[in-house]
Amino acid sequence: MADKKFQLTKRDRFNVMWHSQFLQGSWNYERMQNGGYAYSMIPALRKLYPDKKDLAAALQRHLVFFNTHPYLASPVLGVTLALEEDKANGADVEDEAVQGVKVGMMGPLAGVGDPVFWFTIRPILGALGASMALSGNVVGPILFFVLWNLIRLGFLWYTQEFGYKAGSAITKDVSGGLLQKVTRGASMMGMFVLGALIERWVNIKFIPIVSKTPIQKGGYIEWDKLPAGAKGIQDALLQWDMGKGKQLTNIKTTTLQDNLDQLIPGLAGLLLTFLCMWLLKKKVSPIWIIIGIFVVGVLFHLWGIL
Amino acid sequence: MQFNFIQIILILVVAFLAGTEGILDEWQFHQPLVACTLIGLVTGNLTLGVILGGSLQMIAMGWANVGAAVAPDAALASVASAIILIEGGQGKAGVGTAVGLAIPLAVAGLFLTMIVRTISTAIVHIMDAEAKKGNWRMINLWQWIAVCLQGLRIAIPAGLLLAIPASTVQGWLKLMPTWLSEGMSIGGGMVVAVGYAMVINMMASKETWPFFAIGFALAAIQELTLIALGAIGISLALMYLALESKGGNGESASNSSNTGDPLGDIIDDY
Repeated sequence: MADKKFQLTKRDRFNVMWHSQFLQGSWNYERMQNGGYAYSMIPALRKLYPDKKDLAAALQRHLVFFNTHPYLASPVLGVTLALEEDKANGADVEDEAVQGVKVGMMGPLAGVGDPVFWFTIRPILGALGASMALSGNVVGPILFFVLWNLIRLGFLWYTQEFGYKAGSAITKDVSGGLLQKVTRGASMMGMFVLGALIERWVNIKFIPIVSKTPIQKGGYIEWDKLPAGAKGIQDALLQWDMGKGKQLTNIKTTTLQDNLDQLIPGLAGLLLTFLCMWLLKKKVSPIWIIIGIFVVGVLFHLWGIL
Repeated sequence: MQFNFIQIILILVVAFLAGTEGILDEWQFHQPLVACTLIGLVTGNLTLGVILGGSLQMIAMGWANVGAAVAPDAALASVASAIILIEGGQGKAGVGTAVGLAIPLAVAGLFLTMIVRTISTAIVHIMDAEAKKGNWRMINLWQWIAVCLQGLRIAIPAGLLLAIPASTVQGWLKLMPTWLSEGMSIGGGMVVAVGYAMVINMMASKETWPFFAIGFALAAIQELTLIALGAIGISLALMYLALESKGGNGESASNSSNTGDPLGDIIDDY
């Protein structure tokens, strides 16, 4: 190791990691993340290729098509750093080998990043933060922001280091068991949380009244028999017991929603979600579904259903 | 309320950050939970911003850039609807309307990002030319220009919105009848289902549906917090994977893709 002419220090690699946060900055329809990839590699390439002609070749080598999940680019960057370092030190690394590694890794890795980050971690942290935020609690957004970025920065750094140390040997593992296991585990966890979120956060309340039944004496608060003044209010609240005690009126109204809740709480939300899934599979644009739901919300409200 | 000069500058900074993150997707300044909170913070309406952020976050749950596909734009939706909510001065009562307005804004933002992504195609061609010369400084510069364009994509519309006097915005909002704003709040409560549906369509498979069912059933127990539910979910997934590798018939390992998705098949065949 010591006789290597060019050696990337921890600091160089950290710079690459920091640059890689701008990977998607010049995302374009032609070669997608190519500009960002070259930009990320620059701190290392500058050091490895002091000769301008070599540097030009290296920059062009990394301006070819590249697209993966922005965080999962880190292990790829790690591997290419190792390869470029070998090449700069005179090892026989063909341009095709560098391309092969990049192209070979980006597909499977994108397949891991989307379910793990976009569809498991972000919805979970987002829902956690949002559920606190809905009551105006500022801890919600802070929690989301801090946790997300800790996870993200940790992931960027350690996977890039992992890629750098493993070198091209990592490509063998990409299609192998571990990544697949992580993806599957994340999907299971994600689906579990989604089930919970749909029950909790899809709000549909049917207001039509199904039945009005009179309640027997003793089941409701007899307002005319309460003592006068503040004592009476206290008495009434005690009898009511936050809805667990006596009823407020002598007629029990049951809305459609009460009936549904007895059957399966959250059923309406679940059915609406399934409907959306079906529409999406029929290639209906999500935007149209969203607009449609708003229209339905307004119309059903006007008709007194919701 | 009318904003003062410093507040306007700070709003534009937040809008710029949200715009860059809308493409970078790293720090998450474009997520409603963060963007609306920051707009609320710099305008002195923190609580209102937090509440709007929470409501919009629930809707934006499944919006993600996958491959070359671009999701509805959370950045413009969060920034612009937060500005309208705070200028409108209706307080919490205005949240429903602001959420409703966020949706067309998300679509508008989507078109803006497509325009910038097309411009970036020209930028990478400039990078090509600079690379040939080995001119790394210019590649850095153009990368930064591309990032800034994405920031301006949100900062400019936000600036235009701020140029409209608050009284005009309030006038427009007052024109809106109550049945419409109430109906939009109800729609906002339901519209979160679309995001969930998008995510489920990505992840559903024969082996993940039981997890969905357990999650749905357990969530009805109000005493369980989201953290408790998360702990149960992680444990179940870990137990499943651990037991599988011990049992080791290796059969289910091939089911990770969408092929074994019974409900999906029913939906497809419908």
